[in-house]
Amino acid sequence: MTNLAISLLIGVLTGAGVYLVLRAQTFPVVLGLTLMSYGVNLFLFTMGRLHTAAPAVVGATGQSADALPQALVLTAIVIAFAMTAFVIVLALKARAALGNDHVDGTHIAQANRVIDRHEEPRA
Amino acid sequence: MTAHLISLLVLLPIALAAILTMTGQRAPTLSRRLSLGGAAVLLLVSVGLLLGGHGDTPRVIELGSWAAPFGIVWVFDRLSGLMVVLTSIVALLSLIYAIRRDEDSAGPHFHALFQAQLFGLNGAFLTGDLFNLFVFFEVLLLASYGLLLHGNGRKRTRAGFHYVVVNLIGSTLFLFAVGALYGTVGSLNLADITLKLPEVAPDAVPIVTTAIFLLFTVFLIKGAAFPLYLWLPGAYGYASIPVAALFAIMTKVGLYSVLRVDSVMLSGNTIGGLVDTTALIAPWLLWLGLITLLLAALGVVAARFLRRQVAYLIIASVGTILIALGLVTGPEREMAISGALFYWIHTTVLSAGFFLLAGLMMRHRPQAGDEIEAAPPMPHAILVGSLFFAYAIAMAGLPPLTGFFGKVIILSAALDHPLLAPIFAVVLVSGLIMVIALARAGSRLFYQSLATPGHPADRAADAKGPMPGLAMATLPLGLAALMVVGAQPLSSWLDQTAGQIAQPAGYLDAVMPHGVLQPETAPGKFGQDVDGGHH
Repeated sequence: MTNLAISLLIGVLTGAGVYLVLRAQTFPVVLGLTLMSYGVNLFLFTMGRLHTAAPAVVGATGQSADALPQALVLTAIVIAFAMTAFVIVLALKARAALGNDHVDGTHIAQANRVIDRHEEPRA
Repeated sequence: MTAHLISLLVLLPIALAAILTMTGQRAPTLSRRLSLGGAAVLLLVSVGLLLGGHGDTPRVIELGSWAAPFGIVWVFDRLSGLMVVLTSIVALLSLIYAIRRDEDSAGPHFHALFQAQLFGLNGAFLTGDLFNLFVFFEVLLLASYGLLLHGNGRKRTRAGFHYVVVNLIGSTLFLFAVGALYGTVGSLNLADITLKLPEVAPDAVPIVTTAIFLLFTVFLIKGAAFPLYLWLPGAYGYASIPVAALFAIMTKVGLYSVLRVDSVMLSGNTIGGLVDTTALIAPWLLWLGLITLLLAALGVVAARFLRRQVAYLIIASVGTILIALGLVTGPEREMAISGALFYWIHTTVLSAGFFLLAGLMMRHRPQAGDEIEAAPPMPHAILVGSLFFAYAIAMAGLPPLTGFFGKVIILSAALDHPLLAPIFAVVLVSGLIMVIALARAGSRLFYQSLATPGHPADRAADAKGPMPGLAMATLPLGLAALMVVGAQPLSSWLDQTAGQIAQPAGYLDAVMPHGVLQPETAPGKFGQDVDGGHH
């Protein structure tokens, strides 16, 4: 039962992430990347198999959990966190530079006009 | 001592990156010297290690003295040594260019990011552990995101966003692959996985196969193979010039991982005794290489800016190397790898140099930049034009320069292959297309330019001042000429290297001298309860 719930959760998170990454605006794309990283972190965690009340210390009790996936998932969480921070800043920068939040920066002609108007007095 | 020198290849750049973060803004001259000195030391140490024969048998460094598979290992053999040498050469070229043309001061922390990039690259080339490879991939990618956006610009920001998103998705896939491999095989050490693959339980075989395909998908995203290369022309075409030159090594990280994992883990191995892995990936590599090469040649024709044209030439070289790596199941296995490595050295050094040349043209043609259009002549037009001509010949693979020899070795390795006809057709036709495209670009850029009467005030050609960075755009051609002159010793060295790659037993013995640990001491095979940290 727990196995089924966890695998459904991983599937839903990843599926929603993939859907959002395919959107045309930068904000949903960032959200999608975040959901995908949640999905993969859970996946990594379950790769040590699911245990309850089993410490990650060999010999402490009859059954012990695998400590390595826990270490892996910590590393992956830190990296995903840093990447999310970076991609949010980049998306904001792209929004400011291109004048719209489309992933391709389309309406670029219009964006150029906006930027030219803003930059002209300074030039 | 040797172990310390090998560790220095990874630890020096990260130490310098930390120092440069602090000195970058306050002491620009000191930062430049530190950064240059660091890259020079990397080159000297890596060349010294290779010439001293330290890579002839794989040299294993156990971090914290934890033996494999319990700890992370770094492995220095000829292939990883060669990659580190190439990285250092390209890094030195683009660093000197950046400093000579003052491009490093266009934004803060250029040198710190540059050294962090070298840390990630060298680590990825040396590590013998899949999760450690993931971490080094992230390091080099995060540094490359910063470098790509160095110097701002709207198009650069847009291309940067695409590059970052594609690579983040790639990283997620990498984690899925690594996780699935750990959950089924029970190890992350490359050599340990190799030894354990035949013992995988039958019900886990499909999962392992899927994980292996996912892993190679990730490598091919980094390596820019069809259909996952579309991020490259934008990212490389809009990056600042020294960064684009350094990125010449970036696609090679993906290709290196393909070669390393395929040769160690898959060749001559089986998954649970059910799936033969020798030819699991190679046919895909061959076909993807053929398609990549053909489409990249069309991209070279279609490119309107010289930098994009060079970016497509890089993709074409990825295609050529993939074809060679796809031949490794054939009878001429070692020859194919040796040819791939020869072409590999050639294309990495020369495409970096070609980017630097494009950068010079961009700066010294005030009206047109690097757009392939007629414009008033630039200063030193004859010299720059001759360099362009030499680069075009080398990159398109015409004699007498290195691209030709690389292709000859690869094609002669394909002579007995069942797909001989399509391989020859694609390699030769795409070579012809690239020759035509480069000839057209050259005549637009140089011959038509001479005929265009520019406004006297715009006559950049009259200003015959020095052109900083020209030496760095020339030096790669000198290296290519050296490769031609020294082709015999170089290719016999590469033949031995290919022999080392084709015989993974040496690698496995070095990392796991006692073979797989017995189940009493290493529990956790698929289907059993995992009850201990066994990595």
